[in-house]
Parts: sequence; structure tokens; C-alpha cells
Amino acid sequence: MNLEALRGKLFYQAASLGGVALITTAALALADRATSADIAAAQARDMQQSLTQVLPGEFDNDMLKDTLLLNGPNGEVTVYRARRAGQVEAVVFKVTGNGYAGPIDCMMGVDRTGQITGVRVIKHKETPGLGDKIEPAKGRWIFDFEGKSLGDPPAEKWAVKKDGGVFDQFAGATITPRGVVKAVKGGMEFFDKQRDRLLDDSPGGK
Amino acid sequence: MSNLYARITRDSLWNNNIVFSQTLGLCPTMAVTSTATNGLGMGLATTAVLIASNMLISSMRHAVSEEVRIPVYIVIIATLVTLVDVSINAWAHDLYKVLGLYIALIVANCAVLGRAEAYAAKNPILPSGMDGLMMGLGFTIALTIIGAVREILGAGTLFADAHLLLGSAFSFMEMQIIPDYKGFLLMILPPGGFLAVGFLIAGKRIIDRRRQAVSARMPDAASVIS
Repeated sequence: MNLEALRGKLFYQAASLGGVALITTAALALADRATSADIAAAQARDMQQSLTQVLPGEFDNDMLKDTLLLNGPNGEVTVYRARRAGQVEAVVFKVTGNGYAGPIDCMMGVDRTGQITGVRVIKHKETPGLGDKIEPAKGRWIFDFEGKSLGDPPAEKWAVKKDGGVFDQFAGATITPRGVVKAVKGGMEFFDKQRDRLLDDSPGGK
Repeated sequence: MSNLYARITRDSLWNNNIVFSQTLGLCPTMAVTSTATNGLGMGLATTAVLIASNMLISSMRHAVSEEVRIPVYIVIIATLVTLVDVSINAWAHDLYKVLGLYIALIVANCAVLGRAEAYAAKNPILPSGMDGLMMGLGFTIALTIIGAVREILGAGTLFADAHLLLGSAFSFMEMQIIPDYKGFLLMILPPGGFLAVGFLIAGKRIIDRRRQAVSARMPDAASVIS
């Protein structure tokens, strides 16, 4: 039988579709194998970068491997610990706030005295030109958190100025900074509550 | 033979341009063209997929039966897009951070399936590859122009962040067209995409009509010259 006649057969059609699906699936499986290590390495590099941004300074452990899994303000959260000579000097973890257009993910670093070492927004969908001033590339606002702690300013002042707090809002966008401030405050309360476990010096595994 | 390729080029870039004439692929077009750089990157990624999908589908055009061709094409296109997606993620990770969201959108670009169905399924491999390349370039040019219009009017810049896409050697492309520009948010937001595309399509129609009028008035101009 030639190809012309075969093409009309139901069996051939089903087999050819199945064959294509099989080949493409195999190609995807191979590609996944070839790339997964490189992708994981690239993501680890990204993570390392965001860690150094919120937590400047030299530490002598591999923070990506020295983690704790705790119940945080937004469900389970991975806490990265930075040590010098075995002592936990600071921790970095992710908090999520509610923005104008969905969740805003932030990384924040807190040192052992409870002072914020830095906050960076890692993912958001806020309006370009209005809400995106939370990015360091678009404005200095996110640096206002540095050096703040739960007592300074006092808890009731942990809000945007419109709500009687100390943090600026943006012209035309109050919901975005309000969401970030609330998320960071939640992160500080989490740090306060879990302080003993976070700063426990016993070596941690994965 | 070269006549064929010249026709493919002319059709793809102007007469039958994916965005400005076929008005296909508008979903990724609107989504990414807030800057010229994004448009360029999306266009290039789409071109790569178009070339590969056209050649692959053309090579198996005799073996695929009429009844199952659409699922076969879709599986192939989706696979190619995923391959592009994971390779860029693994080996050009900085580019992936800029384009990552958009690459998956290529599957939603009906122009890729459109070229498979309209051209690659009926023509030999090389012309199909050429069709993919030229259609892709036409798409890239369209997206870059739309992005440039929106970026200049919306933010006052042109090719901002081009070094993230093309490497630091291309940072000379980044320009501040309008100094101290306050920005015009509408053009960056989705409505700006519709406005820009609408006016550009209208502009192309006007040019086409002028050319038609000229050739109608002087029907033998071409023969006189030759």
C-alpha cells in the first residue's frame, strides 16, 4: 500500500498522531534533562543575588544551603541564615503583600538585633508609572525600610502616612506601598515571634 | 527560483504582514509591545519558532493526513516553543528574565499555526523555511515599530534596557528621545497598544491606496521604464 491510500485509514491517522506525540514527548524529556541542571544553577544565582541585595556584608556560610522551614505570615516560608563563625548574624526570608493588581513578593533581611538590613520587591504586577516605584530601578522608596525595627518606628506607625504612619505613599498609588508596608510589618512580627528559633546557632541542614 | 523568494519576502514584509495585514498574533503583540526592546525580543523568538515549525511541518506534509493535521501541527508548535523556552532559561538566563513571560505566549500566536496551514503544509522545505524567516522578520519589524511608538509617546525613551536583550555592546541603542518627559501612561497600558496598532494599520492602508492610485493612473509606466 502506498502513502496515499494509507493516509485515509483511521488506524494510520491514530498511529501517526500517537507517533508525533511520542516523539515530541521524548524530545521534551531529553531537553528537560539537558537543561534542568543549568536552570537550577541559574535560579540559585538569582537567589544568591537577591540575598546579597537585602543583606550586604560578608558571611562565611552558604546561605542557600543553611535554611529553616517555618510557618510564616503567608504560610510556610524558607528562611536563609547568614553566619559568622557559626553564630547566626542575620536571616533573610520572603513575605507577600496584597498590591493593587495581585500579590507583591518581597525578600527582606533582618539582623540579630531586629533591624531591617534591606527589602527588595522580587515580583509584582503593579501599574507601570504609578505603583512600580517600589522597584529600586524606579525610585528610592524601598530603601526607607533599612535600619527600621519593630520599636522604631513604634508598631502603630508602621503604615503609610495617609494611615498615620511614617512611610511615604506615591501620588496616585496608595494601595501598593500600603501592601508592601503591611507585608514587611508582618515579616517583622514573624521575626519577633520566632526569634529564638531563627537565631538558634545549632547547625542547620536543608 | 529567486523570483519565488523575492515574492515571499515582499509578501511577508509588506503585502501580507502578520500584524498589519493579516492582523493575526495580536495577543502577544498587545502584551509585549510596551517598549521597542520587548517587541524586538518577542519578534526574534517568534521568528525562530516560525522557521523551525514551517520546515518541520513542510518535511512531513506528505505523511500527515488531512483529518489529524491540526492536532499534529499544534503538538509540534507547542513542543518547539517549550524547547525554545527551556533553552533560553538554561543558557541565556538574563534574557529569560526579560522575555520569560512572553515566550510561552508564542503558542497563543495563531500566526504560527496559520503559516503551517497556509504555506508549509503545501510547499517544499526550503521555501517554507524562507516563508517562516520572512514572516517572522515582518512580525519582528511590526512589533518593534509598535513598541517604539508606544515607548516614545509613553515614556520618552527608545530601546530602553536593550543591553539586557542584546548584550552590553548594544547599550548605544538606548536613547532618551524626549528629555524630562513626565510620561503618558495610556500608551504603556493596553489601550495604548490598540491605539498604536490601529493608527499604524490605517497608515499602511493609506500608503497602499496611494500606490494603487499611482499605478492605476500610469498603467504603462513600468513598461516604459523597462
